[in-house]
Amino acid sequence: MEYILGIFELSAINLVAVLGLSILTGFTGLFSFGHAGFMAIGAYLSAILTKNFHLPFVVGILAAGLAAGLVSLLLGRLTLKLKGDYFCIATMGFGEAVRLVFSNWTYVNGARGMASIPKYDDLSLAIPFVTALVAVVVSWNLVNSRQGRNMVAVREEELAAQMAGIDVLRSKMTALVVSAILAGIAGALMANFIGFIAPKTFNMTKSTELTIIVIFGGLGSISGSVVGAFILTALPEVFRAFSDWRLVFYGLAVIVIMVGRPQGLLGGMELTPSGFRKSMAARRARAEFARLKAEGGGAA
Amino acid sequence: MSMLEVRDLHVSYGGIRALKGVSLRVEEGEIVTIIGANGAGKSTLLNAISGFLKPGNGEVTFKGGKIGMKASKIVKAGICHVPEGRLIFANLSVEDNLRLGAYLRNDRKKIAADLERVYELFPRLRERMKQLSGTLSGGEQQMLAMGRALMTDGDLVLLDEPSLGLAPLLVKTVFDIIVEFRGLGKTILLVEQNAYKALRIADRAYVLEQGHIVKTGVAREIAEDPAIKAAYLGAKSTPVT
Repeated sequence: MEYILGIFELSAINLVAVLGLSILTGFTGLFSFGHAGFMAIGAYLSAILTKNFHLPFVVGILAAGLAAGLVSLLLGRLTLKLKGDYFCIATMGFGEAVRLVFSNWTYVNGARGMASIPKYDDLSLAIPFVTALVAVVVSWNLVNSRQGRNMVAVREEELAAQMAGIDVLRSKMTALVVSAILAGIAGALMANFIGFIAPKTFNMTKSTELTIIVIFGGLGSISGSVVGAFILTALPEVFRAFSDWRLVFYGLAVIVIMVGRPQGLLGGMELTPSGFRKSMAARRARAEFARLKAEGGGAA
Repeated sequence: MSMLEVRDLHVSYGGIRALKGVSLRVEEGEIVTIIGANGAGKSTLLNAISGFLKPGNGEVTFKGGKIGMKASKIVKAGICHVPEGRLIFANLSVEDNLRLGAYLRNDRKKIAADLERVYELFPRLRERMKQLSGTLSGGEQQMLAMGRALMTDGDLVLLDEPSLGLAPLLVKTVFDIIVEFRGLGKTILLVEQNAYKALRIADRAYVLEQGHIVKTGVAREIAEDPAIKAAYLGAKSTPVT
């Protein structure tokens, strides 16, 4: 039972980080392979505050979000003018740089990592779930706000969005900062749930994992990120019986989904009554267009 | 007071200087065209005016005031740019694309009236208003991009190669519509590779060569200039259209 609970705890923690990345990648169209860096900042800050300064978990979480958000503001100023792939490479560099800073910082034990960080117990085990719930609500409201629609416009056609008068740079910055705050908070949750963190927990594999979950769940879908986070966190555990082979199965499962459904599980749609109606309407529109085209002269 | 005044504008891409001190002005109600060969800097000039590019040097004033560098502010001031390649939101319907043009506006009634006006100007768009705009033909997409520019309610419209890649019949439609734009009170700065057509509808013209304005004057006179004829209009052959 405790084992199952643990998987759900980890899923909820991953979900917080994934939601952030979903806003950045799924809704704004910016790929990042450095979000583990923001998680690391949050995790270490919360670990230091709760272990060395004996502050409550909540303080650690808030400080983690704040610090990651501030760092992302700086990163954004430097890198958001870069186009597509270049931004992605820059975030990769950022993630690795953060990891190396913690690896060489003796105050946090360098590469050996920090142990015996105060852990959630009994009642406080609810913290990751509550945080995840809040994160879902916040993300949902954000992507359905004017800000969120601006982000989608930037993703779809940056120049056209600019022509319409949308402040493209600001939209990107908002997405980056929100995603970094959520990643930082996820890092804090992780530190206080596991009780041990090391720099290598936050390597590029972690960043990649987050991106995989977002794409697997479906770009441009909050519900997709939720479903993706739970499935892909649980999947390696399901395959645990195969020991060394389990990550191979994990990889294969991801490949199968991506080949079968390139848009991800729930790409561009939401698991709500209105979201469902919308996606059905879009499907009908596509079918209608295909029919017109088959009859000839549809698009001409 | 000119509607738009560009003074000594310099733009570089890395070490390559694309604009080397361009000055021009556009008066209210005019159609002004910029003609020139590929790579002369025509699109660069429009992009610098609308804030997509940061000029290295120089000054742009609009309606007498200096406009900032920020593209979103420039749109708000009343300059709308229809870029080359007619960038539209492919996954949105024609009507939603048009409504996006009015993104910065709050005057619901006027927006509805403008939408109606766009549909009158482009009956083709009305027929296809519910269709996903990515499924439109090239000509229809150009009309959509121009219609969206009208929806911004800007006073100055920058058009970048609106006839590029269109069938001859559609090219004629596009130029007719540019003239109608003026009738609606818009001022137009037009960049075109189809110099012959552009000079026919324009009041004044600037000839841009390798980042410099080499000639300027009344469009009709420029069209008669032997050097221009030889370089841009194919002096020996009579134009087909």
